[in-house]
Amino acid sequence: MKRSINIWVSLDKITILLYLLLVIMGWLNIYAAVYNEEHPGILDLSQRYGKQFIWILAAIFTGIFAILIDSRFYFFFSWFIYGFLMFLLVLVLVFGTEINGARSWFEFSWFSLQPSEFAKFGTAIALAGFLNSRRLDLTRLGMLTQASAIILVPAFLTALQPDMGSTVVFFALFLVLFREGMSPYVFVSGLLALILFFLTLLINNLYLKLGLIVLAILLVWFATRRWKLVLMGTGIFIVIAAVLYVIDYYLFKRLGIELVILFALLVSGIFFAWYIYTKKAMAVLVIYLFLVGSIVFVNSVDVTFNKILPDHQRDRINILLGIKSDPRGTGYNVNQSIISIGSGGLTGKGYLQGTQTKFKFVPKQSSDFIFCTIGEEWGFLGSLAVIGTFLLLFFRIIFMAERQRSVFSRVYGYGVVSILFLHVFINIGMAIGIVPVIGIPLPFFSYGGSSLWGFTILLFVFLRLDASRNEYLV
Amino acid sequence: MKDPFINRKYIIMTLMVLVCLFLIIRLFVLQIVKDTYRLSADNNVLRYVTQYPARGLIYDRKGKLIVSNMAAYDIMVIPSQTSRIDTAGFCSLLGITNDMFKRQMRAAINYSRRAPSVFLKQISDQTYAGFQEKMFMYPGFYVQPRTLRKYSKPVAAHILGYVSEVDESIIKKNPYYKSGDYIGKSGIEEAYESELRGQKGVRIFMVDVFSRIKGAYADGEMDTVAVQGSDIISSIDLDLQEYGELLMRNKRGSIVAIEPETGEVLSLVSAPGYDPGLLVGRVRSENFAKLQLDTAIMPLFNRALMASYPPGSTFKPINGLIGLQEGVITEDTQFGCDYGYLFVGCHGHGSPLDLAGAVANSCNSYFCQTYRRVLENRKYGSVSEAYNRWKEYLNEFGFGSKLGTDFVNELAGFVPSTAYYDKYHGRNKWKALTVISMAIGQGEIGTTPLQMANMTAAIANRGFFYTPHIVKGVGKENSLDPKFSERHLINIDSANFNKIILGMEGAVNGAPGGTAGIARIRDIIVCGKTGTAQNPHGKDHSVFIAFAPKDDPKIAIAVYVENAGFGSTYAAPVASLMIEKYLRDSVSNKAMEQRILNLNLEDTITESETQY
Ligand SMILES: [Zn+2]
Repeated sequence: MKRSINIWVSLDKITILLYLLLVIMGWLNIYAAVYNEEHPGILDLSQRYGKQFIWILAAIFTGIFAILIDSRFYFFFSWFIYGFLMFLLVLVLVFGTEINGARSWFEFSWFSLQPSEFAKFGTAIALAGFLNSRRLDLTRLGMLTQASAIILVPAFLTALQPDMGSTVVFFALFLVLFREGMSPYVFVSGLLALILFFLTLLINNLYLKLGLIVLAILLVWFATRRWKLVLMGTGIFIVIAAVLYVIDYYLFKRLGIELVILFALLVSGIFFAWYIYTKKAMAVLVIYLFLVGSIVFVNSVDVTFNKILPDHQRDRINILLGIKSDPRGTGYNVNQSIISIGSGGLTGKGYLQGTQTKFKFVPKQSSDFIFCTIGEEWGFLGSLAVIGTFLLLFFRIIFMAERQRSVFSRVYGYGVVSILFLHVFINIGMAIGIVPVIGIPLPFFSYGGSSLWGFTILLFVFLRLDASRNEYLV
Repeated sequence: MKDPFINRKYIIMTLMVLVCLFLIIRLFVLQIVKDTYRLSADNNVLRYVTQYPARGLIYDRKGKLIVSNMAAYDIMVIPSQTSRIDTAGFCSLLGITNDMFKRQMRAAINYSRRAPSVFLKQISDQTYAGFQEKMFMYPGFYVQPRTLRKYSKPVAAHILGYVSEVDESIIKKNPYYKSGDYIGKSGIEEAYESELRGQKGVRIFMVDVFSRIKGAYADGEMDTVAVQGSDIISSIDLDLQEYGELLMRNKRGSIVAIEPETGEVLSLVSAPGYDPGLLVGRVRSENFAKLQLDTAIMPLFNRALMASYPPGSTFKPINGLIGLQEGVITEDTQFGCDYGYLFVGCHGHGSPLDLAGAVANSCNSYFCQTYRRVLENRKYGSVSEAYNRWKEYLNEFGFGSKLGTDFVNELAGFVPSTAYYDKYHGRNKWKALTVISMAIGQGEIGTTPLQMANMTAAIANRGFFYTPHIVKGVGKENSLDPKFSERHLINIDSANFNKIILGMEGAVNGAPGGTAGIARIRDIIVCGKTGTAQNPHGKDHSVFIAFAPKDDPKIAIAVYVENAGFGSTYAAPVASLMIEKYLRDSVSNKAMEQRILNLNLEDTITESETQY
């Protein structure tokens, strides 16, 4: 059933207004950030502000193009779009140009493209397609797993580049799953995992594991109130651990105390399983699984952090956690960025008057650290205005998502807002030193064609879906 | 279909609001609560470039330029602003080794990370030009122009002193000075440091992260202008100074010439000397060490101020004056001399002599007996008391204490007190005869050439002197420390001076047996007195004091030629040449001039003889 409506009339004007506002503010701030006295024209194509103007025009055409496409196309081709973009993510690992230690870019003769910026759109649309296509029930483990897989594939591929920023952004889509019924405990577990992650980096792992074991023993005592049982269980674990340790020490000499603890825990699990089975003690089972899970997690974080993560990203995390200090090295960007923003005061130093900005103390200021320019030249009020505008946009998108008649459009809308939200939080958080520097752009602000087009497509496809919400009942 | 999770949108919206609030609170703390970031931002981008004023120039009394300035360039470094640079390129650009680079960087970091320190001193003009072009490649480095001293003639090093970089202790004591600054050391440069140095200024520039200067900060409103150092007109006569140093070449000793009516020092020579140009620029420290290590001739040692000699016979006029003033002798008093008095010998001369004759002939007996009368004067209760009175006269002449000149290191000399003798001989156990050698300027007494020249000026003035000084005027106002226009009166009647001067006139101008005929100048009445300063380490020093013309003294002079024997042999001719040179601008006795110029005493002096 099709009703004919005028798409251009039905487009959400408020969103378009907010979009244009952000893009223009971004452009003016890029002008300030890379301002070159010898090329004062904002349209000077030899400068980044001139180029950004081209990207903005191109983005608007892309947006118009995205609106002209029939909304059914996005629905029916969601898997194709997803598949194609995943293919590009694989391709970039092979043919991409390595910049700053990461293979994230395709370089062509006259422009370069970052497929991960478009993959965010592809993943959002695929998720929407998936959740729309069958009976929606994210409390079912199978469906949750499949939905998670859609998110984790691009996250994994971008992690291989490695581009931690993009990887983290894909996780934003779990917010969509939450909206659509995923258990909040997944979030709680995620939060616990995050805490454990930082503890792993901050505390000696052996003590951390022993602490976890003691915690588990106390929890079992709380759950059962049977100290004999607790004592027996602890005894079994200690005996097995001791035997394993002695065997390893004299025969293999390769396990080490950490793996001995894990294996001892697994072996003593057999005894615990018998108890749990006979007494139907589900609480003990949960505690046991959490203990094993967290010890495995600690081990894997340790390995990932120290063996897999590239040096510069490890440094960034170390600096954020205060393990390492290096004012002129990796932390330099953040220090200078904080100085820039902090020196802005209430009303800022005035447009084009930021000394930090003008004299290029903050590297990457037109892209990842564009917020410095806002903070320094427009001050606290300017920062407030920018954050406020973003918040307005988020609420508007949520409002629009909730008025959709199809799950597809609603899920996609939430996908858009989740991605934008995490970008804004991480990007600004980075600039003010509360989030590690993982290098992701501020939507619509940061210099760069790929990110601007990516975000424009992301938003405008939703505008098209919203405009035709009464057109089809998909 | 009812959506069971519709309320979760509120949770999501709340989450977003909380996160944004979190960002805003953090921004509030950064931008409003703390103001340290504004300071950091200022330090980031402002560079304070010190403007070094040109040091004041020094002229001689006739307006001839003695000391001027030349440009030099120091390479400065601010360690905190440097980044990884192409060290090899940097080193080859400056012509230094990698080791040197590391050493200098370490030194700079040790001094301060944020404050500039001198990385490389006084680079050549070509190096400067090359570096200027490529400076942008080396953030944290910049060029600081400075001025170095330039001397129009290689003379007067001891008078002028030198300029050298400040050391740690000076920086700590005086906050005006920063690492790499220069300060006057010794001579006029030190005594008039605060006038000569001027006032440093500072220009504030904005620089970018590559240390490139982007313009003046606040349109230069916060800049302070460097105030140029004041020029100084020295009292020395450059030609006379040069001539004196020429005469003293290959000899050791000193010449001090003073204008009696003002106390202005016309010339001050200490031989051997050195070329002041040796202590300028990059070669300074190396040359300084060389001069300092040269213990055989000690070129840095200013004998005119720092060497204490027994005055010898040049002291006799003083004892004559005291005798006259104390009334123990008159100009007509005669003493016989039979080659000496008790254990003090004398040379052959007519006998008996009156006062003028005794001065002219330098009779030891005469002054021993006069001195004995002074000390055994019934007026005073004891020899000690009489001695103290005698010592007071000496102090009035400026002996036994520093004169208070504008030289930074002058020696006080030594006039023994009664306590000194009490300690050696016991209280009241010593008599006039115990200290009789003082009558002829021998014994424990020690005076500097400057003090002797000052005494000569006081005699020429017939009873007063002005504290000797080397600077005539400072700056545009031509100002001078008022203490230098203060007349120091000596409690001896001017009539008595005339009686002594008569003897000094005779010594030079044909009195029978006059000891200093060699110093005679046609048509100028030179009044002089020879002396021989005893030298326990070797041949005696030849001493001569004189002033001229007799009735309108324009120059008073003391000349010491070490290890040269009698005063008449070498010191008197030198003094005579100097006087004529000053008064007439040329010398008539070319033969004598040639004899002095050719005289080389250096070869005859062994190291052991150099003791002060
Ligand atoms: Zn005699």
